[in-house]
Amino acid sequence: MSIPAPFTGKTEHEAHAHRDDIASRMGMWLFLFTELLLFGGLFFLYSVYRYENKEAFHDAARELDTLIGAFNTAILLTSSLTMALSIAAIQKNKKMLSVVFQMITVALGLGFMINKYFEWSLKISHGLYPKSEVMLSLDHGEIIFFGLYYVMTGLHGLHVLVGMVLISVMTNFTLKNIINRDNYVKLEAAGLYWHLVDIIWIFLFPLFYLIT
Amino acid sequence: MSQAAVIHTNGHTSYLEHKGKYSGLKSWIFSTDHKRIGILYLTGLLTFYAVGVVFGFLIRLELIAPGRTIMDAQTYNSIFTLHGVIMIFLFVIPGLPAVFGNFFLPIMIGAKDVAFPRLNLLSWWLYITGGLLAIISILLPGGPADTGWTFYIPYSIRTGTNVLFTMFAAFLLGFSSILTGLNFITTIHRMRAPGMGWFKMPLFSWALYATAWIQILATPIIGITLLLIIVERVLGVGLFDPALGGDPILYQHLFWIYSHPAVYIMIVPAMGVVSEIIPVFARRTIFGYKFIAFSSIGIALFGSLVWAHHMFAVGMSDTGQFVFSLLTFLVAIPSAIKVFNWTATLYKGSIQLDPPMLYALAFIFLFSIGGLTGVMQGALSVDIHITDTAFIVAHFHYVMFGGTGVGIFAALHYWMPKMFGRMYNKKVAKVAFWFFFIGFNTLYFPMFVMGWLGMPRRYYDYLPEYTIYHQISTVGSWILILGLIIMFTNLIRGMRKGPKVTEKNIWGGETLEWQIETPPTHENFAEIPVITEGPYEYKQNEPEYEEAVSHEENGKGKEFK
Repeated sequence: MSIPAPFTGKTEHEAHAHRDDIASRMGMWLFLFTELLLFGGLFFLYSVYRYENKEAFHDAARELDTLIGAFNTAILLTSSLTMALSIAAIQKNKKMLSVVFQMITVALGLGFMINKYFEWSLKISHGLYPKSEVMLSLDHGEIIFFGLYYVMTGLHGLHVLVGMVLISVMTNFTLKNIINRDNYVKLEAAGLYWHLVDIIWIFLFPLFYLIT
Repeated sequence: MSQAAVIHTNGHTSYLEHKGKYSGLKSWIFSTDHKRIGILYLTGLLTFYAVGVVFGFLIRLELIAPGRTIMDAQTYNSIFTLHGVIMIFLFVIPGLPAVFGNFFLPIMIGAKDVAFPRLNLLSWWLYITGGLLAIISILLPGGPADTGWTFYIPYSIRTGTNVLFTMFAAFLLGFSSILTGLNFITTIHRMRAPGMGWFKMPLFSWALYATAWIQILATPIIGITLLLIIVERVLGVGLFDPALGGDPILYQHLFWIYSHPAVYIMIVPAMGVVSEIIPVFARRTIFGYKFIAFSSIGIALFGSLVWAHHMFAVGMSDTGQFVFSLLTFLVAIPSAIKVFNWTATLYKGSIQLDPPMLYALAFIFLFSIGGLTGVMQGALSVDIHITDTAFIVAHFHYVMFGGTGVGIFAALHYWMPKMFGRMYNKKVAKVAFWFFFIGFNTLYFPMFVMGWLGMPRRYYDYLPEYTIYHQISTVGSWILILGLIIMFTNLIRGMRKGPKVTEKNIWGGETLEWQIETPPTHENFAEIPVITEGPYEYKQNEPEYEEAVSHEENGKGKEFK
């Protein structure tokens, strides 16, 4: 890692565009912190409503397919591994290997989304979607369970999409040598974001699929 | 600004004249220079403020007599909502951090810019987009939101007005606020000049640091809460809707978990400004530097744990109410520490009543009234009596307008000559101040009285016995607005045509922004300074003065203090 040079700016351009990898990482961690709090609001709602509707949450969770959930968990965990490997590769100056790992990561993310698509469509074909007749006939607690299920996995899915776009941009940067052995903090930041997405799923999976 | 002549200083041009990649308007709206971004925010902020003031004026005019006066009840509901949304999300919250924090934080800690200049520009774009969305929602069919700025459920999912727009605007503004906070924390951690230890930072930087933490800790919660109402309105998932089993009280909790700390996002930077101004115009070292610095952190900490005091009337458990009441009282301690330290700084100082100082003193006075009435509301029994009355309106206007608003005015009068290299008319500024101050108290003090007597807030109509208080209050609003018009005419005229200031240090301040060129050069510092002394070393009033002067004459005078 090169030495950050915040205080040695001699020309005007350097004055406003210095490089400081530690600052970049700090900024990314702070951002991840705000993401956790964003989901934190939802986890807070989940815990309160679960406490108030134990039985209904119990019954509703049986509707979810544990197998698809487990498969998706495996996919995301593997994608976190390939993401980490892509950073390891760039540190060893193996550019193409890093690119391949990044592409696998994006592909796994896509696989996750396809699974999610089939899972959601199945629910919707059963008439389980907000304001549907089937939904309104359910117990209040179950309505909230499915409401939380759609909102939380939906927001998570949105984050997976953003992560995929982010990593694709990084792949482009790697090919253009903007990300290289001496300057890979951007790739690291994208990796951190991807791990966050993974970690949130690791909490969503048991809360919705496993606790029945 | 463009007609200002190029000011050459050591071969560098002022940031106002700097030739970058773009020219004209683009050189501003695509600039990553923290000073230009500060000015961009200032422009947006004051424009939205003017709109907010007009709405406030209309509310007061409507209330001059019972019954319908100038508008119908629906319009009235929309106008007080927009007044709240604009003033809170577009003026008071971004006010000091986004304008003066952006402009002066890097300078005060001896840096050339913030840690993430491009992110900084993105924050401004989000801010301006959010602001425009809020304004657009007024013009679209369906009419502007009429829920009050709190968007309480279930009304906010039932009303037919454009709540979606307004809430999405607030969501974007929250995002902008998070990015600014993140930027400032990183800047303060990573970019302090050599020798600038944590306890050599000016107190404004400390205040911004505490504020930035609240911004990133609290704002995501309002983000998700607003998103949930948007989802609720569009899809009807039922997370808050009682008809589907949701709990509206949970919405209130989530809302206030953000919105109470947001009050400290608003007030803490203003306290920082006052901590800068008081030592400069009293010519004394600030009393209790560390106490002021840590009390900012203390306020940030306690302030995050008191949100449910907005909900004493909704029916919480007694234990919950007791704990939140106690914590609310505790917030008064760090706030009082600041007030006492400012007063102690003034003691035996050689006080100069220039316009910035007048506003700083007005801050202490008005904030004390606002703060003490806040402590009153922390008491459960009193709170039940005054919940949702005009007393609350008076309280938060004393804190938010008398506190933060006045803090912004103080900052404007203090730093404007440095920012633009031109001076306003001091005499006119003082006249404006007195109109403002008298108008302010005439406007808001009667609200304490009528609120105590039972006048509800947000009501369109009222019983005849409250008429006299409403009339006094409305007349106060006219005096206040007259003061604002004089103040801003003077400031804007000063900025454009006022006498040029090239002197580095017009007020005799000791912090770094007074040691650099006026207006600052594009890079702020030709060379990054090495800091050897604290930010408020006023030797003139200290016994060691003679010694220090001879010391400086021995060739050490060139060091930055």
